[in-house]
Amino acid sequence: MTDLPRTQHIIASGVVAAVGVAVAFISYTQEPAAAFLFPRMISTVFVVLALWTFGKALMGRTKVGNGLDSRAMRNILPGLIVALVLVYWAAKGLGFYTATTIAFFILLSLYDPAPHSEVKSWIKRALITAGFLAVMYGLFAGLLNVFTPREIFF
Amino acid sequence: MEFLAYFGDVFTPINFGLLLLGTIGGLILGATPGLSPTMAVALLIPFTFRLEPAQGLILLGAAYTSTVAGGAVSAILLKIPGAPANIATTLDGHTMAQKGQGARALQLSFIASAIGGVFGVLLLIFLTPVLAKWALAFGPSHLFWLAILGVTVIGSLDSSSVVKGLLSGCIGLWLATIGFDDIMGAQRFIFHPAVSGGINVIPALIGLFAIPQVITMFAKGRVSLDAEVLTVEKHPIRDAFREVFRRSRALSIGTLTGSVIGLIPGVGGQIAGLVAYDQSKKMSPERDKFGTGHSEGVIAAESANNAMVGPSLVPLLTLSIPGSPTAAVLLGGLLIHGIFPGSDLFDNNPDVAWTFINSMLIGQILMCIFGLYVAGLAAKVAQVPNAVMAAIVLGLAVFGSYSVQNSMGDVYVMMALGTGMYFLERFGFSAAPLVLGLILGPIAEANFIQGSMIANATSSVGQYFFTGPLNLTLITVVVASIAYSVWMELRSRRYTTKDDAVKKEEAIS
Repeated sequence: MTDLPRTQHIIASGVVAAVGVAVAFISYTQEPAAAFLFPRMISTVFVVLALWTFGKALMGRTKVGNGLDSRAMRNILPGLIVALVLVYWAAKGLGFYTATTIAFFILLSLYDPAPHSEVKSWIKRALITAGFLAVMYGLFAGLLNVFTPREIFF
Repeated sequence: MEFLAYFGDVFTPINFGLLLLGTIGGLILGATPGLSPTMAVALLIPFTFRLEPAQGLILLGAAYTSTVAGGAVSAILLKIPGAPANIATTLDGHTMAQKGQGARALQLSFIASAIGGVFGVLLLIFLTPVLAKWALAFGPSHLFWLAILGVTVIGSLDSSSVVKGLLSGCIGLWLATIGFDDIMGAQRFIFHPAVSGGINVIPALIGLFAIPQVITMFAKGRVSLDAEVLTVEKHPIRDAFREVFRRSRALSIGTLTGSVIGLIPGVGGQIAGLVAYDQSKKMSPERDKFGTGHSEGVIAAESANNAMVGPSLVPLLTLSIPGSPTAAVLLGGLLIHGIFPGSDLFDNNPDVAWTFINSMLIGQILMCIFGLYVAGLAAKVAQVPNAVMAAIVLGLAVFGSYSVQNSMGDVYVMMALGTGMYFLERFGFSAAPLVLGLILGPIAEANFIQGSMIANATSSVGQYFFTGPLNLTLITVVVASIAYSVWMELRSRRYTTKDDAVKKEEAIS
């Protein structure tokens, strides 16, 4: 195991262990006790397993999980940012369909292997985006009567 | 033979239309690498809201069945299994296609899938009512242990690390406790208004299965799928039928292996296909031909992974304990339609239960007929670039999770859980036990509370939960499944870890 995955394993299992400890702390300190009986049982097992995993990661004895290499992280980051912005801000701020159209087109542009220099590939991306949104609108607004927080565009 | 009374319901125009739609759509979705049956069913759930319960279940059941079979198309023509269940099919199926026998391989795979699938659904039909009656004897303590069993079996058997699998299950059980407590009305772990009503299962399922796949597609970057789609020559279907029945040993091994494995909670189609392939190879006089484009390999693998589908629903329909991630997603589909599976499902909603099961039986035959026709189209869809697929799945996930309750909170939860799950998976954690924990958590807690109340009134909690033959059997199975997995993990590690290899070399030298 190289140092990078080992550090990553320590961070990942450390985060899980911290969540486990927090869950156990809340379960054992909150009232009424009867409402937290089941969470106490779970959190006890949770914290034991999480600390065991964290300990193994600290000792460099984690055998499962390859972590993330820098290339994968670089590839993920732009798409993930677009997805997070779509979900946590744009869908409500701009409107579901407008935001999804923009996000869809950006994602296609970011990850489509077709060359950016060709006009044809941009037209193809625009057509795919329009087609997808037409289907989504037809399915959700037309067929399923899903009312989005805003109107079609804003 | 009660199921025969509801057979006609499958053939009403809407029901049959949905069955066709689910089957053809499932075949195409199944052929798409990265779209697993579980994810396909999870993404389809929002589309069933407006449908009657039986109609919604017909669509989901057809999609489940045909995505498993559809995965064979890309396995054979592209050498990319559509789902983990089709890994074994790739071994001989693609070699056959390379030899210009793609049509023969596809025909054999769909016919074997249909025969295995029909056997599996018949097992579901005849086992379920018997087990449902038996399940009436289950009290709160037994249901509590069954729920725990569901999480521990999947946590220990479905994960590459037992500890991380069980830890994933614990995270799921904890997530299930978020929201207001049912008995006291107390707030538990409400750290954001989006989770004040608890975590809704459907957006959570969509997030946990779809978003990690989207991020995995992002991780590949700007790459085009360079797999070549092999051409499909014509092959007489009659010859394929004859060949399947001539290879009855491989067919029966696959069908029986798949059915038995389907009944065991937590053991999925991937294992069914590989075990059936391996057993068929061991028992075949032509074992040397396996891996070189031998039809027995395709028949054994495909009959097994579809034979597994029906039996995998037995624990769900009789005890409301989903035995697999896809069954867990189907449970979510049942619950949103107000259908509670369990011992009284066949008394309270026989029309829904039997129409659903019968549709799976007819769906197997439709899948065989249409599979052969849509294979070419499915193989083309399987070549859709990552970028398009990632954007489509993300869009469907956002709209689908919003449409559950018209709530942005559900979308936030979907995205947060999905993103978190992607990173957890990179470090050896698994989505399946987490989902099972999330779904079985409320069942476990409700029965634990109910059991504790009964115990306080009659005996002690320890005596109520830890005595009695059924309790002890279930506890034994929980402990045995964990012990077995730990033993298997240690055993495989003994031969695979780098340190041990070095030690072994040193010892030899």
